[in-house]
Amino acid sequence: MNEALMPETMAAFADAVRSVDHVLVTGGGTKPRLSRRAQPPVNAEQSGSGSGLAWTRISTRHLSGMQEYDPGEFTFTALAGTPIKTIAVVLAGQGQYLPFDPMLLESGATLGGTVASGLSGPGRFRYGGVRDFILGLRVVDGRGRILRFGGRVVKNAAGFDLPKFLVGSRGCYSAIVEATFKVFPCPSSSATLRLHAAGPPDTLRLLTGLGRARHEFDAVEVAPGSHDVVVRLRAPEPALTALIADVLTLWPGHQLDDETASGLWSSLREWRWVPLDAGLVKVPVTLDTLALWLGEIDPAKRQVTAGGQGVYLSVDDPGTWATLDYRLKQLNLTGLTLRGGGPLGLGVRSAQHIEEAVKAALDPDCKFPGLYD
Amino acid sequence: MGADVLASLSRLLPPERLLTQPAQLAAYESDGLTAFKARPVAVVVPETQEEVVALVRFCHDARVPFVARGSGTSLSGGSLPVPGGVVIALNRLNRILRLDPDQRIAVVEPGVINLQVTQSAASFGLHYAPDPSSQSICTIGGNIAFNSGGAHCLKYGMTANHVLGLKAVLASGERVEFGRASREFNGPDWCGLFTGHEGLFGIALEITLQLLPRAESFHTVLAGYATLEGAGDAVAAVIAAGLLPGAMEIMDALALEAAKAAVHAEYPPGCEAVLIVELEGPRETVTVERERLEAILTASRPVAMRPARDSRERLAIWKGRKSAFSAVGRLSPDFIVQDGVVPRQRLGEALRRISEMAKEAGIRVANVFHAGDGNLHPLILFNGREPGALERAEALAGRILELCIQMGGSITGEHGIGMEKREFLPAQFGEPELDVMRQIRAAFDPSGLANPGKMFPDGDAPALKLKGLHPLEQAGLISRE
Repeated sequence: MNEALMPETMAAFADAVRSVDHVLVTGGGTKPRLSRRAQPPVNAEQSGSGSGLAWTRISTRHLSGMQEYDPGEFTFTALAGTPIKTIAVVLAGQGQYLPFDPMLLESGATLGGTVASGLSGPGRFRYGGVRDFILGLRVVDGRGRILRFGGRVVKNAAGFDLPKFLVGSRGCYSAIVEATFKVFPCPSSSATLRLHAAGPPDTLRLLTGLGRARHEFDAVEVAPGSHDVVVRLRAPEPALTALIADVLTLWPGHQLDDETASGLWSSLREWRWVPLDAGLVKVPVTLDTLALWLGEIDPAKRQVTAGGQGVYLSVDDPGTWATLDYRLKQLNLTGLTLRGGGPLGLGVRSAQHIEEAVKAALDPDCKFPGLYD
Repeated sequence: MGADVLASLSRLLPPERLLTQPAQLAAYESDGLTAFKARPVAVVVPETQEEVVALVRFCHDARVPFVARGSGTSLSGGSLPVPGGVVIALNRLNRILRLDPDQRIAVVEPGVINLQVTQSAASFGLHYAPDPSSQSICTIGGNIAFNSGGAHCLKYGMTANHVLGLKAVLASGERVEFGRASREFNGPDWCGLFTGHEGLFGIALEITLQLLPRAESFHTVLAGYATLEGAGDAVAAVIAAGLLPGAMEIMDALALEAAKAAVHAEYPPGCEAVLIVELEGPRETVTVERERLEAILTASRPVAMRPARDSRERLAIWKGRKSAFSAVGRLSPDFIVQDGVVPRQRLGEALRRISEMAKEAGIRVANVFHAGDGNLHPLILFNGREPGALERAEALAGRILELCIQMGGSITGEHGIGMEKREFLPAQFGEPELDVMRQIRAAFDPSGLANPGKMFPDGDAPALKLKGLHPLEQAGLISRE
């Protein structure tokens, strides 16, 4: 495998894509499974490439920088390799933020990788995730053309919504080179509460109740190693204090001090609770399925996210992959491996003809073959 | 459609649900874009998802173009029939199949009326957020096709942001399932792609919608301004202060006049524009934010400021605003509703330019818009009986869209391209992008039978009342190829 190419402009990126047969785009490398082939493709050499160079990595590392930011418009545009951390700092300077808590900020996640992996953090509970804030994309397609979809304004109904479609598309259709996002004003004060749960039934009751509550929680998570539910509230004072008091009369718990809270959110955002050499799987879920499943999972090896809409599972025993795959199928769930050596997809797989047809439409020459698994 | 094809079609449904008589078809000839009309060969009225699938597969096999239709409220001609084709009317698929307050979802058929979803969820303290002005009539299926918006888009997004899953029959005949019931998903976002497909991909059969807790507390303020700019500046000040209102709407003098006449709305005298700002959220938060809002609005020097004192006054403010489109009908025999977007901070400038263009053209334009997200709705008034009046109105509409593009906005914020703005799609997207979108469409609809002639500029133009070259074509700014 050759070294990755590192173009510094969108035009150079397009040239790089045009010059090779198959492309694997990498960003900050924070979701390593998404850019690692589990085994070499069986017939890549015979796939019609003819050049003998089956795969080329193209990195967005040097394709970085804010292109436009207008706080009065609630929008920014940045190149795909721009670290999320850089963006967050710029936004914070104007009292704004990406409400969905982009993941792996300290670890070096990029804007493009955030879109391609479709990973939203705990803040997606309140206003939605990556897909709800993306406005436009520039991509390099299989023919090396730079295409622009969506727009740069917060409201736009023109054309098919390719930007949304490409959220979570993992580089299988085109290379994302630039993205435009909507931002929100960041409330000035926040508080984190830990609400007590003795076991999974309590946890589920809490998640259900919090999802229907009036308080406009910012984030609702079940931290690893515990059944308790951790919630974050953001509101202007003195409303925040009043809301905290009301929440604690409804659900027993306590407020975390700022330092503990900050450490907790950081740990969740950076996956610090996952052992370094363990695998990590993301499983979208609903509360009713979670009720059937939560009790059998070791709390130390899971985080329940977004009010019970997702579960992150850490996998430290290679023998677990097959068991997990089987269990997810039984529960009618789908898993995506983000770290570790397991298969990329677990559980139920979709195989609708339209998926092949759209792939053929967007990437007819299979310039972006994905990971073959 | 040949007689034998029609005969085959008639075997799929009982006779009372296959409409072919002119008197029956007349009701389907137009939709909300009344300048266009077209007569289908037949209207079919399925009652079950299976019937819809059978009809779409029939159309695929017999190569019959079709248009899915809900309540026909599209303002861009999205449900205008195709001559020689069939209209598939979805109104009888109007069941709410599941409403689960603990999962916070509603699973509905496409013919369910938008407002019905919220009404059904209300007793659980939940609501369905997307609220287009037509929500008491429009259907979820139509909302899916056009990614409908409404007054609450800045904070809550559009339809696509509330669709968790859907089952559909594609124009190819394939039955698909996208998404599920979780807010999380593992990409790509098929629901996101399907929502807003303008009927070109297929027909949604069953849709899983997200429900949100209903806001506990509202604070709605109506402020009157001597100038539109004043209202626009107030919006900028609210945004700059870091507030995130649930809605911010502006109505100009003509729109106010219409609303007064239609629903007896009351507005402060001497206003060229009225701004409505609504805060919503937990009562503790609204209590704090309302003080800040009123301070900001007071500082913006309104002619008058009227906070709603109770829910009756709040509803009256909204009634006035929501009546504006249909109320404008009292001011003028005909009008075109436009739907462009400009960057919010350029709203004042855009309105000034629209006013200048309107004066030049000798045409009255009323303005109602979602000030929070820069989505304009100029209502271009004309009298269709005057020779050339429609053409002049369309020409002005085209210039307004050009202005939106020049300002870095969009030709449509929420109504979609439909029939009305096909010729402008190339002004917003380059040929390679259009090519990709055509390829995607062909993946869903290889035979080009689903709502053909819409969205893309090279479609045939059924029964276009406007004859000859479009004014922008005459000016050499766009060309139809």
